[in-house]
Parts: sequence; C-alpha cells; structure tokens
Amino acid sequence: MPASLRLENLHKRFRAIHAVKGVSLSVEKGEVLGFLGPNGAGKSTTMKMATGFLRPDAGRALICDIDVQLDPVGARRHLGYLPEGAPAYGEMTVKGFLKFIGEVRGLKGAALRQALDKVVERTRLESVWGQTIETLSKGYRRRVGLAQAILHEPDVLILDEPTDGLDPNQKHQVRQLIREMARDSAIIVSTHILEEVPAVCTRAVIIARGRIIADGTAEEIAAMAPGDTPSLEAAFRHLTLGGEDKNQPRAGDAAQAAAEAEKETAGEA
Amino acid sequence: MQALWPLVKREFTAYFATPIAYVFVVIFAALAGVFTFQIGVFYERGIADLIPFFQYLPWLFLVLAPAISMRLWAEERRTGTIELLMTLPLTTTTAVIAKWLAGWLFMGLALVATMTLWITVNWLGEPDNAVIAISYLGSWATAGVFLAMGAAASAITRNQVIAFILAALLIFIFLTAGTPIVLDAARAVLPQAAVDAIAALSAMTHFASINRGVVVLSDVVYWVSMILFWLFVNVIVVELKKAD
Repeated sequence: MPASLRLENLHKRFRAIHAVKGVSLSVEKGEVLGFLGPNGAGKSTTMKMATGFLRPDAGRALICDIDVQLDPVGARRHLGYLPEGAPAYGEMTVKGFLKFIGEVRGLKGAALRQALDKVVERTRLESVWGQTIETLSKGYRRRVGLAQAILHEPDVLILDEPTDGLDPNQKHQVRQLIREMARDSAIIVSTHILEEVPAVCTRAVIIARGRIIADGTAEEIAAMAPGDTPSLEAAFRHLTLGGEDKNQPRAGDAAQAAAEAEKETAGEA
Repeated sequence: MQALWPLVKREFTAYFATPIAYVFVVIFAALAGVFTFQIGVFYERGIADLIPFFQYLPWLFLVLAPAISMRLWAEERRTGTIELLMTLPLTTTTAVIAKWLAGWLFMGLALVATMTLWITVNWLGEPDNAVIAISYLGSWATAGVFLAMGAAASAITRNQVIAFILAALLIFIFLTAGTPIVLDAARAVLPQAAVDAIAALSAMTHFASINRGVVVLSDVVYWVSMILFWLFVNVIVVELKKAD
C-alpha cells in the first residue's frame, strides 16, 4: 500500500457559502506539500475533509488508497493529524495524553514505551513530561500536538499550521522534524508563512476562494510573480488577489508588496 | 473497539481532574441522607428498610445525572478536541459508548457513597438485604438511562450549562410521565392505549417495581432499550454537529 494522500474533486458548501470548489491534489511518500492561501480560502476545510472529519458534498479523499468516508477507521490508522490550534485535553499530563493516544491507536507494552521514548526525543518534551497540558506555553502545546500526530509514525501526515505561534528556534526545530518525517511519509502542511515553503516543502499549492490556483515548486510559483523578479510573496499576492490590485506595486516592487501582504495577514489574524 | 477502554479510562479520570465532581458526589450523598431521614421519616416509620431512600433517589438523579453528563461532549466541542478525537481510528459509536460508560461508572461511585445508609439500617435492624441490593442495581440502571439522555443533550451544544438544562428537562419529562397527575390529565384527552404507552415509557413506573425488590423482564428490557435508544440518538447528534 503506497503512503499517499489523494483528494479528488472535493466540494463543500456551508449554507450559502461554497467554501471549497473542486479541490484535487495528491501527495506521495517523500513529498512535503505546502498548502498556502489567505485566511478563509478553504485551507482548513479541505484538510478537515482530507482527514474525514468533514464529509465532502462531492468528491472523495483517499489515504493510502482507502476512502476516508467508506472506511474511516481503516484510513485513520495511516493518518497523523494536527488540527488547527493543536487542541489537546488540558487536564491531562503530557505523558498521560500521549500514552492515551498511543493506546487508542492500539500500541501497548514495549511498543508503546518505545514509541513514547522516540517521540519525546524528537519533539523535545522531556522537561514538561509530567506537567498538565493547560499549564504549558503555546510552543510546548504545539509540540504536544505534533507529538500525538507522529507517535505512530503515520504514512500520511496532515499538519494545519504547525509553526503558528512558535518562536524562530522552535520553528526551525519543527521544520527539521517535518523534513525528517518526510522520508517515510506523505506530508501536507498548511501555512500562511511563505518563508516556510522553500524551507520545508518540496512542492506548494496555492488555494484562493475555494480553488487551487497554483501548483508547483517554490521556484515555479515565485516565477509567477508579475515583472522580472521572482518572488514568492509577490506571486502569492498576485495570484490570491487576482486583478483587484492592478494599480498597486508592480515589477521590482516585490519587497513593498511583501511588506503589504504581511501587514494584511497580520490584520486578518 | 480496542479504543474503548483507553477512552473509558480517560473519561473516568477526567472527572477527578476538577473538584466539581467531588462536590456533586458529596452533595448527592448529603441530600440522600436528608431525603431519607427528614423527608422520608426513616426513624418514625420504624421499619428496617431503605424505601424512603430509593423513593427519592430518581429526583436526586434529576440533578446529578445532568451534572455528570454535561461535560461529556460539550467540553470536546468547546475546546476543539472533538476534531482530535474523531480523527483517531475509532468509530463514533465507540466514543459514545465509552463516554457514557465512564459517566455510568462515576454514577456507580456516587451510589457507593450512599451505602452508609445501608450499613446504618443493618445496624438498627434486620432489613431484607437482597431487596436493597436489587434496588441499588435498579437505581444504577435508571441512572444509566438518564446519563444516556444527558450525553445526547451534551452533544447538541458546546455550552455545558445548556447541556445541563436540556438534560434535566428531558429527564424531568420521563420522570413525571408516570405520575398520576400527568396520567390523569392524559386520560382526559387520549385513548387508554396512549396513556398506557406514556406510563410504560416513564422511568417512575419501572422504578416503583424495583423498590419492592421485584425486577421483571420488562424492566430490564426497558432499561436496556432506553439506554440503547439514547446512545443511538447521541451518535446521530455527534455525527451531525461535530464540525459545527
């Protein structure tokens, strides 16, 4: 069974809003796909459908060739998922929580101990091992979320904004971890931090208004920027805003465009 | 189903993470004493049994069961952990059963806390302990029905207070359905068959028979089918509302 994630023509409506309009993509073992898009573009909705948490109105999601709606339990065995905001049971200790996740995933005895030892080392959680999760800082909480997602060394790893709220050192660690995991897994990482793409992703997809509007390597997407200077920021801005900013910064003004894009993201967040 | 026991264990220990659960159990045990000795005129009756206690027990459940069940799903939805839980390799049915079971075990613990009354009555006289044991089991089964209702109510909302009120309302309807007031009123407008159906659905009707130490097959069928029905409702509600 190949370690892969395939989304085929996914659609999702929330009442009047057509949030996701026919998203198709595939990620193979060894790939890290960056899933980019402005807030509200349908990133999280698409990821929720990929995990089977949300039922798509049309289309299907396959994890290792298993349809997540037809055999949810079978598909989820191969899946590690970090939901947006890294939710966890606050009253549990880090140890208790990860042990619980391992047990639910059918690990026991020596196998469970081994998995726990390995994940603690990878996510550097030794120092907070006995602390309850609600007392942890944002960075540690995020790492606990990552730890539960990779505990069983899943074939497919879906990470919704894994570096959100981390300091530069922690971001570096998480990126290293993702690269490490990529050897044996197919990984999809959603983010709106563009610098993440060249740093960890082998490929990137940009989604806006529920549709995929670009798919390629970081260089290929950067080359889509208007003007002669390839820039991921300018390309992102150009692609996601469409023709709305015709009179705005053009060729050579990539730096300014990037600064504005950043301001905008900050404003939205 | 491999996920069932780890889930039950997690849910059960979660009750002890905050003092609220302890407070409820202590209040429950204290109120059980008040109802038995003061309102139930335990001493004045001069009979060595626990009928006064078991008679008021369903009314105590009206408060305790929603208090135990309110957090089961509402909390998961409020904190977003439902997304984590429902993307683990387990079915919604497993999660629903596990949560209810954890609440039911905790309810069992609350009932054990009232067993000082059982000791007291044995010290004072010679009660029929078999009757008391059966009454305890019947009470636990009735609590199981109420908890299943409460768990379903908890899945409707992310607000625990609303979950509590909804559950209490639901339980109240099923408790009072068998009382003469409701049945007489129903008799005035409904055919006898409908009145019988209301009485049969009432938790009180089945509770009255175990008070006498009699458990009929129909009682067992009632408890089991009510629990299964409300757990089924719970599964549906979780499926519909989990992503809201």
